[in-house]
Amino acid sequence: MVMFAFRRFLQLIPVFFGATLLVYFLVFATPGDPIAALSGGKPMAPAVEAALRAQYNLDQPFWIQYGLYLKNLVTLNLGQTFSGQEVSAVIARAYPVTARLAIMALAIEAIFGVLFGVIAGLRKGKLFDSTVLVASLVVIAVPTFVLGFVLQLVVGVKLGWARPTVSGAAPWNELILPAVVLGLVSLAYVIRLTRTSISENMNADYVRTATAKGLSRRRVVVVHILRNSLIPVITFLGADLGALMGGAIVTEGIFNVPGVGNLLYKAILKGESATVVAVVSILVIVFVVANLIVDLLYAWLDPRIRYV
Amino acid sequence: MRFSRTSKALGLAAVVALSLSACGGGTGSDTGSGNAGGDTTKVITANNTEPQNGLLPANTNEVGGGKVMDLLFSGLVSYDAKGATVNELADSIETTDSVNYTIKIKSGETFSDGTPVTAKSFVDAWNFGAAAKNAQLNSYFFESIKGYDKVSAEGSTETAMEGLKVVDDSTFTVELAQPESDFPLRLGYTAFYPLPESAYADPAKFGQNPVGNGPYKLAADGWKHDVSIELIPNDKYKGPQKAQNGGITFTIFANTDAAYTEVQSDNLDVLDQVPPSNLQNFQTDFEGRFVNQAYAGNATLTIPSYLPEFQGEEGLLRRAAISMSIDRQQIIDKIFYGNKKIATEFTSPVLDGYEAALPGSEVLKFDATKAKELWAKADAIKAWPADKVFTVTSNIDGAGNKEYITAMTNQIATNLGIKAELNPIATFKESRNLINSKKLTGGSRAGWQADYPSLYNFLGPLFGTGAGSNDGDYSSAAFDAKLKEGLAATSVEEGNKKFNEAQEILLKDLPVLPLWYQAAQGVWSNNVNTVQFDWKGVPMYYAITAK
Repeated sequence: MVMFAFRRFLQLIPVFFGATLLVYFLVFATPGDPIAALSGGKPMAPAVEAALRAQYNLDQPFWIQYGLYLKNLVTLNLGQTFSGQEVSAVIARAYPVTARLAIMALAIEAIFGVLFGVIAGLRKGKLFDSTVLVASLVVIAVPTFVLGFVLQLVVGVKLGWARPTVSGAAPWNELILPAVVLGLVSLAYVIRLTRTSISENMNADYVRTATAKGLSRRRVVVVHILRNSLIPVITFLGADLGALMGGAIVTEGIFNVPGVGNLLYKAILKGESATVVAVVSILVIVFVVANLIVDLLYAWLDPRIRYV
Repeated sequence: MRFSRTSKALGLAAVVALSLSACGGGTGSDTGSGNAGGDTTKVITANNTEPQNGLLPANTNEVGGGKVMDLLFSGLVSYDAKGATVNELADSIETTDSVNYTIKIKSGETFSDGTPVTAKSFVDAWNFGAAAKNAQLNSYFFESIKGYDKVSAEGSTETAMEGLKVVDDSTFTVELAQPESDFPLRLGYTAFYPLPESAYADPAKFGQNPVGNGPYKLAADGWKHDVSIELIPNDKYKGPQKAQNGGITFTIFANTDAAYTEVQSDNLDVLDQVPPSNLQNFQTDFEGRFVNQAYAGNATLTIPSYLPEFQGEEGLLRRAAISMSIDRQQIIDKIFYGNKKIATEFTSPVLDGYEAALPGSEVLKFDATKAKELWAKADAIKAWPADKVFTVTSNIDGAGNKEYITAMTNQIATNLGIKAELNPIATFKESRNLINSKKLTGGSRAGWQADYPSLYNFLGPLFGTGAGSNDGDYSSAAFDAKLKEGLAATSVEEGNKKFNEAQEILLKDLPVLPLWYQAAQGVWSNNVNTVQFDWKGVPMYYAITAK
């Protein structure tokens, strides 16, 4: 088990370098001149332009640019944004906000998703089950930005129950609305996954055995059915954490959350390699670690799974 | 030149128009600074974007930083709501030949840290801004000063421009490289603000926590990046724009849609830009709490002079034909919901010296029959290739660009019987690349927002031979001569007359086709009294009072 985790951590190294190389190249290859855009179309003195190009190594060929980036990375220097801020400082501001948002969204979808899924699965074909199925279908069909704008207008502006946007410090309570919007689509998937899984396992042999042993229905459902039914759900949630952190661009835009999505979007438009690479690399690490945790959880959920 | 590059989150619904629009009725009847009876102690909240650079005068060239700089600093002159120049720190600016200027500054003025503002504060700041080694984005603003070419040359280590001389604590002289009568008008622009001595030790650090001499100062730890910028009144400020509120807190918004909902729910006091998706309804959402007024900016269509089809006699005919085939009013009404004003020349109606009906301006009026006639005449000289498409290049990351250019090319195609279409470019930086490298194969979207209130600012930098923002490579000896005469004129009226004569040449040559004048749409919450917007379309923050 420890060896397994250790090996997975070692795998991070090539993944990390591969990701930085790929992302750095993609930003490099996007057409357009970031320095020309910096001037906003106004003229720029040639000396100023040359100095800025040299400052961000934009006058160098790709391999030298990437090499210089890696060299700085080794000394934990993530470089500077075009506005002269340290990328590490920018990221340190944005990541906690997005992490809070993503964790809340994940909590909402895990708690409500599993709860509704279990009830629907146990009462297959009944009114509750049909209602949840139709509701989740609607949520999946409606794009996130529509949900976001509608909830913002109704809850934030018309009813005044919450601030329509998130204020600077992004406290937990203000993040509830954006987290609901962010988690809603995945919530629908979690409900459907749990429901299917539960209703399948209800007919499994070990459930019949457990019931025949005379165990209480409660124990059969919670310990036997639920535990085994959670494997696909956990897999989904693990992968979703990364998606929630990296994919919050639309939600963060609607609610003006100063997080990673906004940061990444602006940096891509500006062609700011240092920021894009750093943000994406950390997202890659989040993905890998989340998947590792999921793999370790399998063994706990299903004792038949062993790691060597 | 400031092109719209509104950052929009992906997939926002119904993005229809550029946020700026035309003149006409707004409220704003309560002009003048005295919103009598307002609460002057409350902090006002307003929207902003994250400044792109540290807050140094010569390095701030975009709106997000500019709004903050203009409150933190004051220059030799300032502009009132209508764009008229008033002396701020200058006691007098004198010249007899438009080349040599003697500038006297008021005594007893200080920066917010208590150090005095002297002649040296200006001279050092301008030298700092111009010197190549400091790589300041606005350095070209000093190009008229004698010696600029030496300090700004690549690799130059010179740090002082020959044309700037400190006479005593309150006097300095400026020698320009050539006569420029509108030089004093420029001195209210951000690039010309003074800097305290403490700025030079570590300019980057200073830019994060600037010390200025304006109506406001930065609160302690006031700039929280990507979140907010807090300004508090500067009690050492003695000028005409004294703060009438307890401070301004700018909240950084990634897009204006979010800010709009905040004003609707009274969480934000002032929004200076109504998002495109609300252009249709903001006047009813904010009855009595909105402004819709023209400012010093315009939108144009550039047709580069290096395109072979648009040269010579037939080129002139084709330019005129395209101009007359565009029904500007229809686009304004259908796409911008009437929130812009049709252009009749190359500058802006808010400027001193503006003439609505210059001789030759008929060429900007919609006339499909005449357009077709002119196009046929051009074809008689040299035929337009049958399969050639007239393209208009534009970045489409700015909201609304795609819609109006598609409408425009459709009009051109229908009215002239040729093929015309939008050449969409994904990002602003990419489109600048195409334009800068002179690789356009058709027209391109352009626009100008004034840096300082002067007709010249809309003409010289855009159409002068070899000028910095002359994207279409226009060159006309007659036009250059008129500009030169205008700059050498001894009075502003005389100069404006020459500039308008220069515009008559442009109306014949049509290096760009003027489309419409921009207007600012702003809204405010129930918590503040009427907000006045200035000639640049920026709210006059210092005069806002709480209810």
